Amino acid sequence: MAREIQFREAVAEAMSEEMRRDELVYLMGEEVAEYNGAYKATKGMLDEFGPKRVVDTPISELGFAGVGVGSAMNGLRPIIEFMTFNFSLVAIDQIINNAAKMYQMSGGQYNVPITFRGPTASAGQLGATHSQALENWYANTPGLKVVVPSNPYDAKGLLKTAIRDDDPVLVMESEQMYGDKGEVPEEEYLIDLGKARIDREGSDVTLVSFGKIIKEAYQAADELAKDDIQAEVIDLRSVRPIDYETVVNSLKKTNRMVIVEEAWPLGNISTELIAHCQQHAFDYLDAPIQRINTADTPMAYAPTLVEAFLPQAEQVVKAARQVLYLD
Amino acid sequence: MAKKKITKKVYLQWYEDMLFWRKFEDKASALYIQQKIRGFLHLYNGQEGVLAGSLFAIEDKDRFITAYRNHVQPIGRGVPPEKVMAELMGRITGTSNGNGGSMHMFSKEHNFYGGHGIVGGQIPLGAGLAYADKYLGNEAITLCYMGDGAVRQGAFHEAMNLAMLWTLPVVFIVENNGYAMGTSVERTANHTDIYKLGLGYEMPCEAVDGMDPSKFYPVIQEAVDRARAGKGPTLLEARTYRYKGHSMSDPQAYRSKDEVAEFQKRDPIGIVQKVIQDKNYASDEQLQEIEDRVKQKLKDCVKYAEESEFPKPENLYDDVYIQKDYPFIKTP
Repeated sequence: MAREIQFREAVAEAMSEEMRRDELVYLMGEEVAEYNGAYKATKGMLDEFGPKRVVDTPISELGFAGVGVGSAMNGLRPIIEFMTFNFSLVAIDQIINNAAKMYQMSGGQYNVPITFRGPTASAGQLGATHSQALENWYANTPGLKVVVPSNPYDAKGLLKTAIRDDDPVLVMESEQMYGDKGEVPEEEYLIDLGKARIDREGSDVTLVSFGKIIKEAYQAADELAKDDIQAEVIDLRSVRPIDYETVVNSLKKTNRMVIVEEAWPLGNISTELIAHCQQHAFDYLDAPIQRINTADTPMAYAPTLVEAFLPQAEQVVKAARQVLYLD
Repeated sequence: MAKKKITKKVYLQWYEDMLFWRKFEDKASALYIQQKIRGFLHLYNGQEGVLAGSLFAIEDKDRFITAYRNHVQPIGRGVPPEKVMAELMGRITGTSNGNGGSMHMFSKEHNFYGGHGIVGGQIPLGAGLAYADKYLGNEAITLCYMGDGAVRQGAFHEAMNLAMLWTLPVVFIVENNGYAMGTSVERTANHTDIYKLGLGYEMPCEAVDGMDPSKFYPVIQEAVDRARAGKGPTLLEARTYRYKGHSMSDPQAYRSKDEVAEFQKRDPIGIVQKVIQDKNYASDEQLQEIEDRVKQKLKDCVKYAEESEFPKPENLYDDVYIQKDYPFIKTP
């Protein structure tokens, strides 16, 4: 039986189910307990699990991220919440140098079964430091896995799998999605990491995206349909590892591709997909692959500047028409 | 636990252990010059008293984590020294299968959690090890080591605060050897009593002579007992000295030869040897036997390491993920 719940409820359900299942799982972060989560994604968890397993921290991301990694080396399975991944930058040493490398540096002796989660990327007029999409930064690092759900169903299934994974996993959400509603089954389910999903089938052009910005791709697909252009929309869901096969297979069918990614343009997931596709599907390409990324600037505050910075559906439509040589 | 008596047996053990550690590092230095060990190499010479005193205070179940001056600590905890030598020489038989190198020794079997190369990065990990023990109700405690340079990192201060906030069973030991690479303690802050940093967190803290294990032991035993009794962390500043440069490429222009010689008069091995001789714990012949044993053991280490294979190129992918079929991107 499926029911409609909010993204934030899906996140809380995933964590709560896994904490009921395994005593070794605990949740730690700023405002996760008594405040019920800065975005209410941990609502009710303190009441159910108590302060031993739902742990408020001081504003010490470096400190508590490191405590999480250390505790994972010693038998626990922490979920470390960053209020936003923007704040993970002061903890990045613990993520990149300790969580990601411990298994290899110890010659396979100490794995780090940790989940780092929280919102990523922009969330309105928050200015430059609170608006950064760091998915491709973390995806660049061997030793980590990085997933980016775009709806409540994926959020729950991916997060549950992440918590059970024996390697470190980052689950990157969005402040602007926590209120989104979607169908989520009552029954338990898991979603494999590293598997993309075709959200919408089409034969004319492939639109690839992930995270909250995929809504621009959906909107673009609707617009294109009005002109009888059938866009196939792929939600990557995971950016490390990347499901290249699903992307390449779609490209072989449509021969045209536009990638929509909220990230700075230099060296991001889009450029990686383009590199991969030109190598593995060169003969199938009927047009150069286009990408819609953010501006190559920090995000700014004014509404006009936010709009100018972020990928927009009309840019996606324009790019799709361009790869179809319609304009 | 009450403080243990430092018996004849303990002194002789300390003497043999510290002598072996010293010779092990000297051998590593020689092998580095021969280019059989590469990368960075940070030697522990002069600081052995801290380790000897520490090991006498803990049990096998206790956890140990330190920074990158970390060759002899795992040996002290029981790791076969030839495995450490093999790791230094990048062999598949090393403690990390040749993945870690000089700065990254590990042994799960011996509760040795590394071996960490980023200054201060291991301090929150030490608090985390203790966090898990408290969570799980284990009686184990954690010894978390760092150099004097590390106390100027934010990681130190955040870990100190969290360890006190959560009453974690951990002992933080600052091995103050006077220099953060080439920068003296005086040049890193407007205070030099590092242990006093504990006061800001209301953490029990103390400076201790780190050259003499018989002086360091009782103090760390108290801290260990406090942690095990659930009374929380302690910050100890072990005042010690490193005889060698920061690493192999250090010309040591920041200090005088006289200064080094002054500390060598209080050499931990010399201190222990004097007690042994003054109390007639061993004859000169017996001490010579110890030295011969140490030399033979060291020879065996080098032989083992040199006869071991390097990892194969495909081993590069073996230990990155616990997931065995992780789809690595491979460029042609």
